[in-house]
Amino acid sequence: MTQAILREIIDYANRADPYPLYEELRKTPVSQDSDGPYVISTYYEIHSLLHDPRISSDRRNLTPTTGDPLAQTEEDGETALPPSFLGLDPPEHDRLRRMTNRPFGPPHSPHRVHDMRGELKGIVSGLIDGIVAADGLDRIDLVDQFSYPFPVSVICRLLGVPPEDEPRFHVWADTLAASLDPDPDADPSQRHKGSQDTRMELGMYLAGLIEERRKNPGDDMLSHLATADTPDGTMTTMEILSTSALLLIAGHETTVNLITNGMLTLLRHPEVLQRLREDPGMAVPIVEELLRYEPPVQLLPQRSPLTEIEIGGVTIPKGASLWLILASGNRDPKRFDHPDRFDPDRGDIQHLGLGSGIHSCFGAPLARLEAQLALSELARRLENPQLLEDPPPYRQNAVLRGPRHLPISCDGIRP
Amino acid sequence: MNGDGSLERLKRDGRIVVVGASLAGLRAAETMREKGFTGSLTMIGDEPYEPYDRPPLSKQVLLGKATADRTALPRRRDIDAKWRLGVPATGLDMAGRRVRLADGDEVEYDRLLIATGVRARPWPNEEEGALDGVFVLRTRDDGAALERSLAAGPRRVLVIGAGFTGSEIASACRERGLPVTVAERGNAPLVGALGGVIGEVAAEMHRTHEVDLRTGVMVTALEGDPSGRVRAAHLSDGATVEADVVVVSLGAQRNTEWLAGSGLGAGPRGIACDAGCRAFNIWGIVTDDIYVAGDVARSPHALFGYQFLSLEHWGNAVAQAETAAHNMLSEGMDRRPHVWVPAFWSSQFGVNIKSVGVPPMGTEILITQGSRDERRFAAVYGYQGRVIAAVTFDQCRWLPFYQHLIETTAPFPPQFATVDRRPEGHKALAADFPDPSVPTHGPTITLSGYSPADRKMTFTPARH
Ligand SMILES: Cc1cc2nc3c(=O)[nH]c(=O)nc-3n(C[C@H](O)[C@H](O)[C@H](O)COP(=O)(O)OP(=O)(O)OC[C@H]3O[C@@H](n4cnc5c(N)ncnc54)[C@H](O)[C@@H]3O)c2cc1C
Repeated sequence: MTQAILREIIDYANRADPYPLYEELRKTPVSQDSDGPYVISTYYEIHSLLHDPRISSDRRNLTPTTGDPLAQTEEDGETALPPSFLGLDPPEHDRLRRMTNRPFGPPHSPHRVHDMRGELKGIVSGLIDGIVAADGLDRIDLVDQFSYPFPVSVICRLLGVPPEDEPRFHVWADTLAASLDPDPDADPSQRHKGSQDTRMELGMYLAGLIEERRKNPGDDMLSHLATADTPDGTMTTMEILSTSALLLIAGHETTVNLITNGMLTLLRHPEVLQRLREDPGMAVPIVEELLRYEPPVQLLPQRSPLTEIEIGGVTIPKGASLWLILASGNRDPKRFDHPDRFDPDRGDIQHLGLGSGIHSCFGAPLARLEAQLALSELARRLENPQLLEDPPPYRQNAVLRGPRHLPISCDGIRP
Repeated sequence: MNGDGSLERLKRDGRIVVVGASLAGLRAAETMREKGFTGSLTMIGDEPYEPYDRPPLSKQVLLGKATADRTALPRRRDIDAKWRLGVPATGLDMAGRRVRLADGDEVEYDRLLIATGVRARPWPNEEEGALDGVFVLRTRDDGAALERSLAAGPRRVLVIGAGFTGSEIASACRERGLPVTVAERGNAPLVGALGGVIGEVAAEMHRTHEVDLRTGVMVTALEGDPSGRVRAAHLSDGATVEADVVVVSLGAQRNTEWLAGSGLGAGPRGIACDAGCRAFNIWGIVTDDIYVAGDVARSPHALFGYQFLSLEHWGNAVAQAETAAHNMLSEGMDRRPHVWVPAFWSSQFGVNIKSVGVPPMGTEILITQGSRDERRFAAVYGYQGRVIAAVTFDQCRWLPFYQHLIETTAPFPPQFATVDRRPEGHKALAADFPDPSVPTHGPTITLSGYSPADRKMTFTPARH
C-alpha cells in the first residue's frame, strides 16, 4: 500500500497538484509498508517529530534500506564534503549553525538581512527591466527570466562573490539545480559525473575565494566565516565549503519555487494580486500564506529515530527512514480552517513551510524578504499579466516542487 | 443552561468591569469583544498608563535599548472601554455587585474580572527602603527610574535577591559595564525556581560575567549618607558592600488587600478560583459573576495533583485571561477549563532560559541533552517516577517535546536515546530545592493546597 503511495508522491503525474494525494494520505497519519520509509502526513504528528530529540537528521543513523526511492536522488551532492549542518545533529549542528548565524542574523548581526533590502530591490528592478529588453511581452518565462537568476545573485552578494564572477556562479548553480531535478530519461551516471565535476569546480573556486578573504576580509559572509574567532572556535576550510554549498543550494532552490509558486497562485487569484498591487504591505501576509499553501519544500525525507518511538499509534523502529510531508501537514483540516483556500487574511498561520525545531529554515528571513520584494514588484510593474498555461510544466523534483517554466504574457511593464 | 435569554442580554448590554488594567485585563477585554460582547466595559487601573508589557523592563529597558514608555502592549483590536486609570479599586461589595474606587466612585457590574496582579515586595525596613538610590522593579515608572540611575554610571550596584528579575538586572548591569554585587539568601541564583543543580550553572554564569555574587547571605541593613542617599549595605556575614544603587528584588506580593472583608476568597496567596477562573468566596463556594486571571489568581491543576498554582508567568496571564473572558460570556457546558501547562522564559547573560511544568515540585533532575558546562542543555525534573517539569538553557526548540512528556505523565527518568546525550545525562541527581519554609526571592510558581482565604476560621463540625 505505502510503496504505492511513495511511488505516487514521486510520480510526475501528481506534480502539478499533489494535494488530493496528500488528502488521501492524511487518512492514515503514519503509514508504511514492508521496509520502506514511514510517511507522516498530519500536522501535529509532523510538528511533534520536528521537536523530538529522539529523531536524528544525520543520515549515518539511517538503517540502509532498499525501499526508499529518495535515498539516491536526495544525496544533495555533499558526498565530497563533510555533511553540512542540515544533515547533522547537536552538538555539531548547533555549533556550525551558530557560527554561520553570527554574520547573518541576531544577536550578532541583526541588520544583515535588513540592510540588503536596497540591493535586493535593485536586482529585482534590473531583472524586470530586462524582461522588456528580452523576447517581448507575449510570452515571458518568469522562471528563466526572473525567479531563477534572482536568488543566485542574492547568494552571490551575501557570500561576497565578486560581481565579475557572478556569471560563472550562475552556470554552476544551474547545473547543480538540474542535478537535483533528475530527468528520468537521462543517463544517471552521466548526470552524476556532470554534477560532481561542477561541485569540484565550485569547491575549488570557493576555496580560492576563502583564501583570498582570509588575507583581505570584507563585510561579506565568507569573510566572516573565514576569519571569525568565536566562542565556538573557527570553521575549517572544509566546514566553510560545505556551509557555503548549503547556503547556495538551499537558498537558491527554495526561493525560486517560492517566487514562482507565488506568482502562479496570485495569477490564479487575481483579486489578491490586485490587493497586492494597491498595497505592497500585503506581501507580508501573502508570503506567509504561500509558505503554507504552496511550500517550496514539500517534504523532509532524511530523518530517523535513534530509538524505537511511537507516533500516531504506530511503533517505528530505530533507524527507520521518516518522510515528513510538510505540504500535507500545511493542509491538515485538523489544524487549519478551510486549508485548501488561499487566504492571506487568515490570522492563525503556524505553518510548516519553513520547517520547525532546530533545523527550521536558516535563511528564512532572507527568503521571506526576497519573496516579498519580488512579488510586490511583479504585481506593481506587470501590466495585466496573464497565465498562458495552467498548470504550467513542473520540474521533476517531488521534494523541491515548483514549475520549471511559468509562461505568462503582459500588456506592458510599468516604470 | 437556563435558556431564559439572560446570557444574550448580558452579551448585548451587560456591564463588565475589569480591575487591573495590564496584560491579563487587556487580553480578557479584547477576547470579550471578539466574542461579541457589546455591552459596557470598564477598565480600572491604579497606574496612570494604558496597559504595557513588563518583561522588557528588566531586559531591553535596563540596557537602554527601549524606553519604558515604549513598552505599551500591542492591541489585538479596539476594545471600546471606559478607562478609569490612575484610580485604585478599594473595595468590593459582592451582594450589591459594585466596585468601590479610591476617588469615592462606585462602578456596578454584572460580571467582574479581577486581574490585579502582584507588586514588588518592598524592603522590609521602610526608612531604609525610602533612601535615594533604592529601587524595586515592577512598574514602568520603576523601570524608567532605575534605567536613569544606571545611565548615570553608579560606582556599584547591589541587587538583593537572585531570582529571575534580580539575575536579569545583574546581567543588564554587566552588559552596561557596571560593577554589580548580588546578594542571595539561598545557595545559588534561581534556586527557588529551578533548584540547586541548575542554580550552580546560574552561579557560574554570574561569575564568568564578573558579577560579585554572594550567596548564603542576607542583607541586614542599608545605610544612607547624611543627604539621604544610599551608600552601603551590611550583610549577615559581617561584610559591607558600598553601592550607590540598590535594587530590592525579593519577589512579589499579591494585590488582594483591597478585597479584605469582601467575602471573596482572597488573601496573601492570591485569589482562589476554580479551573474555569470563577473566584471562590471565603467558604470555598464558587461565585458565578466574579472571575480571576493572571498573577493574582490561584487555581487547581489536574496535572499537578489538583494543587492550587499561582503563576507569575506572562503566557499564563494571557491564556487565563482568554479563558476567563470566554467563561464570563458562557454558561454550563460551554465553559472551558484553564489547563495551561506553566511555561516561563528569561534571558540573562546572553542565555535564553525556558521552563515548562512545575520545577519546584521536582525532587530529581536529569540532564537529557547538552551539557551544563557549556550552559546549553535540556533537563527534566522528576516527581514520584514521572516527568513534572523541564528547563532549557539555549535549547528551547526542544521544549514542546518535554511539554508533551509532562502532559502525558511520562516516566522519570526517561530511558530513551536523544541527540546530544552526554555522559552526565545518564544519572538522575537530587534537584536540590531549598526547604520551602525558608523564604528565598520567590519561585514564580507557588503551589498551595490551602484554604481559599487566609482567614482564621473556627471549624465546628455539626453534632448528630
Ligand atoms: C521586570 C519583570 C520582568 C518579567 N519578565 C518575565 C519573563 O521574562 N517571562 C515571563 O513569563 N514573565 C515575566 N514577568 C511576569 C509577567 O510580566 C507577569 O506574569 C504579567 O505581567 C502578569 O500580568 P497580570 O495582568 O496578571 O498582572 P500585572 O501585570 O501585575 O497587572 C496588574 C495591574 O493591576 C494593577 N492593580 C493592582 N491593584 C489594583 C487595584 N486595587 N485597583 C486597580 N488596579 C490595580 C497593577 O498596578 C497592575 O497594573 C516579568 C515581570 C516583571 C515585573
